[in-house]
Amino acid sequence: MGFLDYLSEPSNRSVLYEQAIEHVALTAAAVAIAIVVGMVLGIVAHRNAVLRPPIVNTTATLLTVPSLALFALLIPVVGIGFKPALIALAMYALLPIVRNTVSGLGSVDPAVTESARGMGLNARQRLLRIELPNAWPVILTGIRVATQLTVGIAAIAALVGGPGLGREIFRGIRSIGSPFALDSLLGGTLGIIVVAILFDLLYTGIGRLTTSRGIR
Amino acid sequence: MTDVMIELQELTKVYPGTTSPAVDHISLQVPRGEILVLVGPSGCGKTTTMKMINRLIEPTSGEIILDGENVTHMDPNQLRRRIGYVIQQIGLFPHLTIADNIATVPKLLGWDKDRIRARIDELLDTVGLDPDTYRDRYPKELSGGQRQRVGVARAMSADPDVMLMDEPFGAIDPITRTRLQNEFLRVQRDIQKTIVFVTHDIDEAIKMGDRIAILNEGSRIAQFATPEEILTAPANDFVSDFVGAGASLKRLNLSRVRDIAIRTDAPTATADEPAGAIRERLLGSDWTAVLRLDADGRPQRWLRAPDLRREDIDLSRAGLPAVAMVEPQATLSDALNEMLVGSAGVAIIVDGRGRYQGVVDIDTIITSIKRMVDENADYYRLAKLGDIDGRETVGA
Ligand SMILES: Nc1ncnc2c1ncn2[C@@H]1O[C@H](COP(=O)(O)OP(=O)(O)OP(=O)(O)O)[C@@H](O)[C@H]1O
Ligand SMILES: [Mg+2]
Repeated sequence: MGFLDYLSEPSNRSVLYEQAIEHVALTAAAVAIAIVVGMVLGIVAHRNAVLRPPIVNTTATLLTVPSLALFALLIPVVGIGFKPALIALAMYALLPIVRNTVSGLGSVDPAVTESARGMGLNARQRLLRIELPNAWPVILTGIRVATQLTVGIAAIAALVGGPGLGREIFRGIRSIGSPFALDSLLGGTLGIIVVAILFDLLYTGIGRLTTSRGIR
Repeated sequence: MTDVMIELQELTKVYPGTTSPAVDHISLQVPRGEILVLVGPSGCGKTTTMKMINRLIEPTSGEIILDGENVTHMDPNQLRRRIGYVIQQIGLFPHLTIADNIATVPKLLGWDKDRIRARIDELLDTVGLDPDTYRDRYPKELSGGQRQRVGVARAMSADPDVMLMDEPFGAIDPITRTRLQNEFLRVQRDIQKTIVFVTHDIDEAIKMGDRIAILNEGSRIAQFATPEEILTAPANDFVSDFVGAGASLKRLNLSRVRDIAIRTDAPTATADEPAGAIRERLLGSDWTAVLRLDADGRPQRWLRAPDLRREDIDLSRAGLPAVAMVEPQATLSDALNEMLVGSAGVAIIVDGRGRYQGVVDIDTIITSIKRMVDENADYYRLAKLGDIDGRETVGA
């Protein structure tokens, strides 16, 4: 009964709501940075066989650094708060986007690129009009995975003074033993699940709208 | 304007990391409006030679002259927009509709919307696809043969003077291939493009080429001649081996249905005629069956006298279906094949829209074969005499 009481308390609800908005904003900002950087890196890696291994390996290595450590490592560099959280999350989100951009572009039928070349499309036109649209479903899957990853890891951001639902979770952790600790933990966690589901629905919609019927 | 549309001068390609050239100093000319077929065994350098013309492969040395202009060093993308390109795997853009696939180059060239739309419909019509049905489809919603037609339409979109086709019908079943070849020849009669056509199938080369270059290793020209000459006067053993047995039978591929006597005296009936009137016409002719056409003039059924005895019979189902239909540009080999497949004694000649033009019977084709055999016999007799003469000269 305790958790329902917690949820029905307007002040708790508005905290959760506010933190959920922060969480979404933090995730969206981190993923947006990761999309831009990740797709550029992915395109470079696709085009340049020499740069491909260092790019893919570096982004893969980033993902293996424990999140807590990465957040902490950034504090001396950029201080505490929104910034270190954003930078660390963007780094985590990079790998799925880079990897899927490379594999998406790599899976475009060579006959398609050859005929595009044979028709006189230059490298930029081929990339924008032919290769990216065909690789898009794979890239979008990478972005989706990156987003789910970010939504989860963003909870840790509260430890370095970052925003989001992690704050409610850590309030619960700090007050463990008190009667309300579990409510806060549950509230924050549930909020994260809801945010994750909403993002997923959004991606399903985006996927529908932005993927050509010809390659669905 | 020159009469030579494509000229290759000493064109050579040595791939990086290899020592022997894939293409070794090839020089040739293609007259405006002609189809040149490059044919030869696998790996002899056909594709490499062709791709140097639109510089998808940069030549190691040599010159490419297009319509009098040296294009060896011009911007390759500008060059390619002037050259239609068709490959065996087609490479339609899967994420674009058929219309958008065809519109690619016209858009690059900045044509206005109305002109592009009109061009798409015109081209779909040309390659035998109904624009209203196919315009908005995606490549995956087409059969292999239909995709290849779209590939050809796309290559023609900006009305290039030159087209390069690398085994364009190579991956298609034999029946559809024959049909596409015939349709393409019909289209070519109107558009008169200058075409370099690559194949490794000598029969296709004989059928499609105005001129044939038989290539040996390193793209060295073993013989450059008309199909007729290649069949009757192979320049060397390599060519005769490549042409293979049955050279005279292959000459059936040289003669088109339109070149032999088409009979137009077969009795026909229109869709709205009653059985009685048709029967009278049939009995008044020396034919055993009358060909009933549908409302659009397309052959529908063969009707014999017994089929026409009753007035209330449904004539669109009576008799036998009209089979073995070929277009005038089909070869005698195609026509004969259709007759054998359809077990019919005649092939029906139809135009591009399937409308009845006449018939050709098996006797006419056999007469043509006989004439060829006789000519061949003459040729070999003469060749032998020539050979004897030659030996005498050497000995003297
Ligand atoms: N990119 C490349 N690098 C090195 N060698 C190549 C390359 N492309 C082709 N070759 C070689 O050049 C020669 C000619 O190849 P090409 O593709 O032009 O032959 P082809 O006549 O078109 O053969 P096919 O009938 O099998 O298509 C072959 O020996 C081939 O192995
Ligand atoms: Mg080839």
